[in-house]
Amino acid sequence: MNQRKTIISVNNLVKKFGGFVANDNLTFDVHEGEIFGFLGANGAGKTTAIRILCGLSYPTSGKILVSGFDVYTQREEIKRNIGYMSQKFSLYEDLNIRENIRFYGGIYGMSSSAIRRKTDELIEELDLSDIAGTLIRDIPLGWRQKVAFSVAVFHEPKIVFLDEPTGGVDPLTRRQFWEHIYRAAARGITVFITTHYMDEAEYCERVSIMAEGRIEALDSPENLKNNYGVKTMDEVFLKIARK
Amino acid sequence: MRTILYIIQKEFKQVFRNKTMLPMIFVLPFVQLLILVNAATMDMKNIDMIVVDMDLSTSSRSLIEKFSHSPFFTLLKTTFSVDEAENRMLENETDMILVIPAGFEHELYGQGATSLQIQVDAINGMTAGLINGYATQIINGYTLELLSETGRNALINLIPKNITVNHSFWYNSELEFKHYMVPGILTILLTIIGMFLASLNLVREKEMGTIEQINVTPIRKYQFIIGKLVPFWIIAMFELAFGLGIGKLLFNIPVEGSLLLLFAYAALYLVAVLGMGLLISTLSQTQQQAQFLNFFVLVTFVMMSGIFTPAESMPHWAQDLNTINPLAYFMRVIRMILLKGSEFRDVAGDFLAIAIMAVVLTALATWRYRKIA
Repeated sequence: MNQRKTIISVNNLVKKFGGFVANDNLTFDVHEGEIFGFLGANGAGKTTAIRILCGLSYPTSGKILVSGFDVYTQREEIKRNIGYMSQKFSLYEDLNIRENIRFYGGIYGMSSSAIRRKTDELIEELDLSDIAGTLIRDIPLGWRQKVAFSVAVFHEPKIVFLDEPTGGVDPLTRRQFWEHIYRAAARGITVFITTHYMDEAEYCERVSIMAEGRIEALDSPENLKNNYGVKTMDEVFLKIARK
Repeated sequence: MRTILYIIQKEFKQVFRNKTMLPMIFVLPFVQLLILVNAATMDMKNIDMIVVDMDLSTSSRSLIEKFSHSPFFTLLKTTFSVDEAENRMLENETDMILVIPAGFEHELYGQGATSLQIQVDAINGMTAGLINGYATQIINGYTLELLSETGRNALINLIPKNITVNHSFWYNSELEFKHYMVPGILTILLTIIGMFLASLNLVREKEMGTIEQINVTPIRKYQFIIGKLVPFWIIAMFELAFGLGIGKLLFNIPVEGSLLLLFAYAALYLVAVLGMGLLISTLSQTQQQAQFLNFFVLVTFVMMSGIFTPAESMPHWAQDLNTINPLAYFMRVIRMILLKGSEFRDVAGDFLAIAIMAVVLTALATWRYRKIA
């Protein structure tokens, strides 16, 4: 498995806000096509790191390549190859599902006919035909998140960054959401996901666990549980957090 | 280019879906023009007057009739006592006293010249000047009428008493003042629509977090700024046409010059104003901050622009400041084109100045817009 191609390479990433060190010397690789879980408690520095990888924020130091491009000098090239779903909900509430998809597809430079065809497919796949014309503000959170995810992968990026995509929804909806993530991964999209739900960690191929700005562990969920001699990721997390 | 079209399309959908903003865009020009133009006008329709008629002749009655038929004057009463009339003025009950002396008609026809006295309450010098102006006009009109009817020279001398006549105000007859105000109000209207809509729109995307989703796309900064500028430019151009239509219908404003020239100037002016609004939004994190900056800039520029007082009568340093005030340019140019019929060569310098401002402000907004924090 480690023979697989590296798509994100992070070496000694440091991000400071004044005297506060949000990311303390992070080093990790993400492989092409994998589902990479980026775990940690609130305030551990997950969002800071993901924003740097997406080109939304400058790192203080470190060498970081995303899809082969440098985050200091080639951010616009990076942006052509990634999708992003932020923790802060970011669809237009006064547009309907179709219009949101159309807008983002257009921004990414997709042709009008491709947008229309893919939108129809997507609405079919998500079983949204009844509410495709409903304004986003009028549909429930769980649905919105599915749409937001679909928008993030609509232009078929190489990597999709998901920043706590399942915050605030029930376990059943979360499960459905993960089905969509698997489907995207099956199409070859690398998934980089942050979460603090440990049951979701089980769905990832590999997870890194952050605490206070540092990566404390990085392995497959199976290996982590064996190494720490526990049965669930919850226990792994608690052991690391209490260390 | 296609990217820009997608942004424009999206903005229009949002504007037309906004149940608060859309009516405002149409109601605002009505309210502003109807209320502001009338309120800011030196409205002299209700000048209360008392006549002391000591002649009681046909001529004196027909002169009094001229006053009572005028829309500007309300004849309170006719009396024989100057003292009583003056007491009324001291009590603030009348604005003007017209004294027609005994022998008025006799002198008028006998000698071809006579005298009248007008007393005006001059507490407000400007009002007094206007009252004096109207009264003089009516009396002159009366003498002209006599002239044409009788073919004889008739001269009525006015003996001023206790009035400060400021003849610099006399031409502000009511209608002209409205014609002067309508373009001024239209300027403010366009500026508010353009600057506020554009800047609040962009800041709202920051507040909602949707800007993150745009910043993570490969969109170019200039594409984003143009995409945000064009929709509100179109709305504001439409607003100008709408406002001019209302001005024409309600106030019958003159259109001496070329409308094409006016719209060409407005096209550049709006790019400058929208650029300024977008620049403000790139400097603000919340709608509150943006609104504060918008108001500060707008009020300063409006006050400096010469909407009420001609900019030429300001101190030199203030006039120098106005070289960077887009409102001052537009205020002057719209009045020149509409009221004076100025042509391109008269406003070529203003075209150059506003074009430079449009380029600089839009470039600054593009430069200040950051896709990365």
